Amino acid sequence: MLAKRIIPCLDVKDGATVKGVNFVNFRNAGDPVELGQRYSDEGADELVYLDITASLEGRDTFVDLVRRVARNVSIPFTVGGGISSVEHVDTLLNAGADKISINSSALRRPELISEIASRFGRQVCVVAIDARCVDGEWICYVKGGHEPTSRRLVEWALEAQDRGAGEILFTSMDHDGVKQGFACEALNQLHDALSIPVIASGGCGAMEHFKDAFEIGHADAALAASVFHFNEIPIDELKRYLHNCNIPVRL
Amino acid sequence: MIAIVKYNAGNVFSVTCALQRLGVDAVVTDDPDTLRAADKVIFPGVGEAAAAMGYLRDKGLDKVIAGLKQPVLGICIGMQLLCRHSEEGDVDGMGIFDTVVKRFDNSSCPQCKVPHMGWNTVEAVSDCRLVDDGVNGRHVYYVHSYYAEPCCHTEAVTHYIVPFSAVLHRDNFYATQFHPEKSGDVGELILRKFLEL
Repeated sequence: MLAKRIIPCLDVKDGATVKGVNFVNFRNAGDPVELGQRYSDEGADELVYLDITASLEGRDTFVDLVRRVARNVSIPFTVGGGISSVEHVDTLLNAGADKISINSSALRRPELISEIASRFGRQVCVVAIDARCVDGEWICYVKGGHEPTSRRLVEWALEAQDRGAGEILFTSMDHDGVKQGFACEALNQLHDALSIPVIASGGCGAMEHFKDAFEIGHADAALAASVFHFNEIPIDELKRYLHNCNIPVRL
Repeated sequence: MIAIVKYNAGNVFSVTCALQRLGVDAVVTDDPDTLRAADKVIFPGVGEAAAAMGYLRDKGLDKVIAGLKQPVLGICIGMQLLCRHSEEGDVDGMGIFDTVVKRFDNSSCPQCKVPHMGWNTVEAVSDCRLVDDGVNGRHVYYVHSYYAEPCCHTEAVTHYIVPFSAVLHRDNFYATQFHPEKSGDVGELILRKFLEL
């Protein structure tokens, strides 16, 4: 049976350090490759590396990092952050990334999704959506959640799917960082509307929240950062818990 | 020497990296003589079947690959192109495996997403050199919208909407629909098995 996926997300700055990591007994707490290997050993199903670098020089070091991850990690990984052209995607895929994720750039220019899908295949293209519930309506945001758009969550997710997105990575800004659980109702709306996989993001603080994202939200995968980085939820324990709840996972 | 077929496939670098993690340096080449002289050949693939097959035909690589005598491992699209025909772009393959490649039809299972993406279990259905007791029943990584129907060369299956060929084998030709190069420890076991053939 197809397993539900657990995906740690690593924010990388200047191609070298992972932000917000606090591991005890960790040789180099900031090294994204070592951290990725560790998660892979613990049973992570995929990894996401987000480039949060602002400078252009930092972008080049991110490509070097992608190459090092590809050499050292034996599970699939997605890279994202500031990708706005097919050429940029080409560079990252050539460096060994399995998928790329686009967010604001896709909302600004939706054709980018089709361009990426037709050149590299739709499985490569993850469309990330940051949204917040305003008066009962899920509104999409850009620029790291700072700027609202006129687009609604499900309507934009459907357009992204039709344009060639292989997966939707949905982050609820209302739930992100609050640790009270994923936005299961909105996840379920996406599940009902879409025929491509949905990755839940934002809000997990306990193992039950993952169970809910899969059982109530019908998510295909769940992504988290700090609960893994601070070892509040060890991935191997999480997967045994989900297995005991009869949720199909890879052990 | 291990050779990886160089063509317009997306995962050549990933396969090279996976072999390096096993301590094996592979040559990535589209030179027919180098391919024929290799101890083993890996034929990877990510992308669209008709475009990939067209590229191979233009370079004459389809005949080279089909004529190889040493162990060959096709991966994903590489596997599909070794079959008789693919619905993707309605293209004829090399016909090593006596089966056809079809698109997943989820009308019987609307909650089953296409592409089939993620980790699914692999089950041996006959003696399988690549999927032995250490691998049988474990998860491997899949990303695909098309699958090879089970046939007399199917040695392992995975169930997704329908049972499909996870591992095919005929004579010196082996193939996996999943990506051993992305399947963690289990994938490394499978690649090792192939390297030890």
